[in-house]
Amino acid sequence: MSLPPPGFSESRREFLKQATGLVSLALVPPDLMSKPSSLSELSLDDAAPGTATKPVSGAVDVTLQINGQSHTLALEPRVTLLDALRERLDLPGTKKGCDHGACGACTVLIDGQRVVSCLTLAVMAQGKKITTIEGLAAGDQLHPMQQAFLECDGFQCGYCTAGQIMSAVGCVNENHARDDAEIREFMSGNLCRCGAYPNIRDAIQKAAPVMKGGAA
Amino acid sequence: MNSFTFEAATDEAAALKAVARSSSSFIAGGTTLVDLWKMGALQPEHVVDINALPYRGVTATPEKLQLGALERMAVAADHPDLARHYPLVAKSLLLAASAQLRNMASLGGNLLQRPRSDTYRRPELRKLPLYPTRNDAIFATGGRVAFPHPSDLAVALTALDASVRLRSPRGERTVELSRFYLAPNDTPERLTSLASDEIIVSIEAPGLPYGRRSTYVKIRDRSSYQFALVSVAAALDVDGGKIRDVRLAAGGVGAKPWRLPQVEAALREKPNTRSSYEAAAKLAGEGAETHAQNAYKVTLLERTIVRALSEIGGLS
Repeated sequence: MSLPPPGFSESRREFLKQATGLVSLALVPPDLMSKPSSLSELSLDDAAPGTATKPVSGAVDVTLQINGQSHTLALEPRVTLLDALRERLDLPGTKKGCDHGACGACTVLIDGQRVVSCLTLAVMAQGKKITTIEGLAAGDQLHPMQQAFLECDGFQCGYCTAGQIMSAVGCVNENHARDDAEIREFMSGNLCRCGAYPNIRDAIQKAAPVMKGGAA
Repeated sequence: MNSFTFEAATDEAAALKAVARSSSSFIAGGTTLVDLWKMGALQPEHVVDINALPYRGVTATPEKLQLGALERMAVAADHPDLARHYPLVAKSLLLAASAQLRNMASLGGNLLQRPRSDTYRRPELRKLPLYPTRNDAIFATGGRVAFPHPSDLAVALTALDASVRLRSPRGERTVELSRFYLAPNDTPERLTSLASDEIIVSIEAPGLPYGRRSTYVKIRDRSSYQFALVSVAAALDVDGGKIRDVRLAAGGVGAKPWRLPQVEAALREKPNTRSSYEAAAKLAGEGAETHAQNAYKVTLLERTIVRALSEIGGLS
């Protein structure tokens, strides 16, 4: 394995973005990327009662509060929060695994509660406080859960890690991380195909008292 | 994935008006609708967000159980009165899905889950002949290959003789869960008696004073985050070493939540002993329609009944 050239470390993500950008554009259905249309297009009154109506596919303005910042986007109502984060807001830290609520890779916090963003419509997340993995650290200061995952080696390939960390933060805040058995049960919605579970559990054990303001 | 229009209903009247439009669908937590929409199994043209409606709250006393249809599974599961007076209900919620999904999913939506079969979830397979699997239901199948109803909550509520309160532009009605769920032999395409313009307002059950002595036991392929192979909701009223009354319902076995009246009858007035449990549980498979791959569920059901009763029976 050869060492990367100087300066490579910062460019890896940029390279991946550029390399996958064209592909992901091609995969998004054309009307997902459509320009905003007027709200009146969505009005029920357009459809005469009792007649067959054609579905109106138009984008609407959606305002999301993400990691303390407000973003307004033109989105179709069918766009999930996960796709909005990854494809439109340049926040690819939240991962797409199964896209059906079964793996937990896309876990984010909405008003402090962990949810799967793949089954959340972005339009329904308006007016709520959304926290993604990108918003967990305080500047350069990692969140105690992020720090604990590093120290306990709570990952291998890393794909599930953002979801694991967000879910773990929710788990501690719900007070469902009081012992090993409880952590296992209340983290069961986050799958790790590498099998880093014992280290993930250790990380949560380590971070929980720090999060609750106890000794580090 | 079809496109759909969207509106957030501000009150019940607006919600009922909006859903009157054909191919409309309510959305609460979205954990069923968004999943099945992505599969193409559900193709709503108009989606109506009902989260602003006031169908919330948990009332759990020995005299009454009432659950708002829009209450979240996690909120109900953590409610101290529910855990104290109806542990079978609280446990059925805690043993279902994952923490994330319980934060999202509403109780009303939980009752309206669809079968977990490939043939339901993947419309492209619906034209193929049904094939038997080890997950198949053994009761209420109508002689067909049918998947069990996936809701744990519905099983616990069935043991409590619960009903759902429904509203539509025609007014309000209350339907017992035993009549709310339709078996495949009734109407293969309809899973419940909910009309397309009806909404679940609340879930209600007459109180069960001995509900404190109850449990929900769920047997599955992995220890968490999995649907039941077999589950049992049980409540037991014991007086002076004798079983005065008992409630038993099972999940994972019926195309609809399955009550076990013949087992209950065999337990009443019997000594509160393990041998009474075992003798009565032998009747659980009465009327089962099995094939080679799901016949194990009869034995598993019998043993799960014994385990559930043993857990709450207070035997030394």
